[in-house]
Amino acid sequence: MNSEDSVIELKIQSSLEYTDVVESLTNNLTVLAGCDPDQAYFIEMAVREIVVNAIRHGNQMDFDKTVQVHYRFNSERFAVEVLDQGNGFDFDHLPDPCNPENLMKSSGRGIFLVRSFMDDFSLNYIPHQGTEVKFAKKLSRS
Amino acid sequence: MSMTATTRKVEAVSIVDLSGRITIGEGTVVLKEAVRNLLGKHEMNILLNLGDVSYIDSSGIGELVSSFTTVGKQGGKLKLLSLTKKVHDLLSITKLLTVFEVFDDEVKAIRSFV
Repeated sequence: MNSEDSVIELKIQSSLEYTDVVESLTNNLTVLAGCDPDQAYFIEMAVREIVVNAIRHGNQMDFDKTVQVHYRFNSERFAVEVLDQGNGFDFDHLPDPCNPENLMKSSGRGIFLVRSFMDDFSLNYIPHQGTEVKFAKKLSRS
Repeated sequence: MSMTATTRKVEAVSIVDLSGRITIGEGTVVLKEAVRNLLGKHEMNILLNLGDVSYIDSSGIGELVSSFTTVGKQGGKLKLLSLTKKVHDLLSITKLLTVFEVFDDEVKAIRSFV
């Protein structure tokens, strides 16, 4: 792979069936970027979690609303942006799933896991567009 | 890749051998159904063997927690066997290793129900 950034974009309708398509593409791109197996695992997990969130919570499973996945990577960094068409949510007050009061809840761990395993993470609501989630993993070579 | 759940009985323990991926949709449904079927037969000692589970997402983790709670509410016990390193790391970072009893050895796991 050359030193220029590679850029790939994908747009899907809001169906959980398409998460496998996204995962498959992500897997191919991590190979192209030269990710090691651990890096690839965590990037694939992060993309899957955020895309599922975008479909379920962002677009509320509205099939006609889309989720855009934008990949940008080079040999040093793998970055992803996911944009839904939902109305946003209060991401400044997401409950900590590790608090004892939340430990036995059956949901609320997706964003926590992505934050834990990525090097950069941000959430932003864009009025009249949707929620944009950006995250990236450094591809340090051992 | 689909998920399968095969149940076998060893002494007083029902062991569910799970294989594949526990992810939102089919994977979590298979797990939920397997546990529900056992509870329907009044099988209250349940050991989930995750040795062949290659991947689990946050919904899969949530289903493990739901299963644990459901079994506990009915007076039973649900424990975990043979976590892969990745699944172990996920349960560790989410602090769920403080909730689940986890075993590497099936015989020891079975004895723990006595």
